[in-house]
Amino acid sequence: MRKSSKVFYWMALPAVCLFFIFHTIPVIQGIIYSFTNYKGYGDYEFVGLKNYVNLFQDDRVFASYGFTFKFAIIATILVNVISLMIAMGLNAKIKFRNTLRGIFFIPNILSILIVGYIFNYIFAFFVPQIAEKAGVNSLTENILGNPDLAWIGIVIVAVWQAVAFNTILYLAGLQTIPADLYEAASLDGAGKWHSFCHITFPLIASFFTINMVLAMKNFLMVFDHIIALTGGGPGQATEAISILIYKGGFQGGEFAYQSANSVIYFAIIVIVSVFQIKVLQKREVNM
Amino acid sequence: MSRKVNWPLTILLIICSLFILFPLYLTVVTAFKTPEEMGQSLLALPDRFHWQNFKEAARLTNFFHAFRNSALVTVFTVAFTLLTNSMVAYAIARNMHRKFFKTLYYYFVSAMFVPFPIIMLPVVKETSLLGLNNMPGLIFLYIVYGLAFNIFIYVGYIRSIPYSLEEAAHVDGAGTWKVFWKVIFPLLAPINATVGILTCLWAWNDFLLPLVILNNRDAMTLPLVQYVFQSQFTTNYNLAFASYLMALSPMIIVYLFAQKWIISGVTRGAVK
Repeated sequence: MRKSSKVFYWMALPAVCLFFIFHTIPVIQGIIYSFTNYKGYGDYEFVGLKNYVNLFQDDRVFASYGFTFKFAIIATILVNVISLMIAMGLNAKIKFRNTLRGIFFIPNILSILIVGYIFNYIFAFFVPQIAEKAGVNSLTENILGNPDLAWIGIVIVAVWQAVAFNTILYLAGLQTIPADLYEAASLDGAGKWHSFCHITFPLIASFFTINMVLAMKNFLMVFDHIIALTGGGPGQATEAISILIYKGGFQGGEFAYQSANSVIYFAIIVIVSVFQIKVLQKREVNM
Repeated sequence: MSRKVNWPLTILLIICSLFILFPLYLTVVTAFKTPEEMGQSLLALPDRFHWQNFKEAARLTNFFHAFRNSALVTVFTVAFTLLTNSMVAYAIARNMHRKFFKTLYYYFVSAMFVPFPIIMLPVVKETSLLGLNNMPGLIFLYIVYGLAFNIFIYVGYIRSIPYSLEEAAHVDGAGTWKVFWKVIFPLLAPINATVGILTCLWAWNDFLLPLVILNNRDAMTLPLVQYVFQSQFTTNYNLAFASYLMALSPMIIVYLFAQKWIISGVTRGAVK
């Protein structure tokens, strides 16, 4: 037994070392840089908490957090509502189920960046042209060019893409519910809405938790969609946190400052995920 | 209970599916048209298929080179991820009663919560220092970063495999290495499929990691190429859509043939 346990160490250790070097050390480095005035090149010195203090007085940073949360919350809710409805439809007695399921899953296999570029053209050229012909004046301009409306375009693309994955997950959850439960409920005279609230939803509660947490986490990290659609504009209207870190850190000479931003961002993502899991699991038990 | 087919719901879902199909339809017809045809009607099928768009887009973006890069990155990443990550997970799964391995498990799994933008800035410095800002470096990083999630799903699966098979092999005189490769690895086929599919989708479609790591135009992957050439497309969207369609189609073709397999693989990964 001693010999075999040595082999186990050899199996795991190289990977652990590499993971430590390329994942954990960068995390630690990021935290250390966040206390310096490093620009990404040249000399630097420690400046204490200055970066953090500045972060809390930076309107651009506040705006990016505001945008990211607005986007993530709305997209998470829309994705979960739509994908639950589609999953219930696919789980019912319908024709062409496999074909339809196959179609609804397509967006999940496509590159978000390229999908974003396709929608970029749709918003910029197709929608305005169609709106003009149909006489809808409010849509004749590119919504991505309007600081007040650009975020809607990003939500549309994000939802279009993310519904695919969440639908499949909900469908897997719905298929675990035995059909005779519904029969018993309908014999008792329960309506559709009633059996949804009292049978379907409680039984897929754990899938609801996973979907909410994963969707929220992914949307808080939104990057590709924005690069493809607006690049953070117009102005800084759709500048998500990850975009700000990317731009400021690589192009703006704010390496240390954006490292501090990353640390805060990391803390927020952990807090949001843990909070969601706690709250949603409590509901699961109560139902 | 045999219920009747719910036709209204079927029709409703078909209408919903048009929302998915419409942008794809638009991509295909636009890719085949000329700018003059676009002026007449956006939605109509092209009068005749302009393969010229594809030729020109392929030449402009050096499509075949980028395709080769994406394919190489994806194939090597998937192959090495399956071989290495499963082995690490095996060592952890079979030693969860030991404090050291249990700590390792939580170490890897907790890393799932670290979003990439957090480590992005230091990683770029590190990789360029070590000469890893190229394709082998990209593959290497995918394999290492995949560990966090893959350990999580492999360990769950391996722990459901009974010890008895390994014990029998040990009695026959097989060492731990041999037991893993000859007994356990073949049993991992279903979860290997899941990890393989998810890794493949990730490596093929990822944009951010190649964007920040690669510093050489020769190494650009397909999504990165679209980004770099975006500014040259703006005047001609037929050309742009031909390029997008070419970049999307390899995955769509794979999906057409392996649809069931891909969906069940992704589901298994998510339900874990």
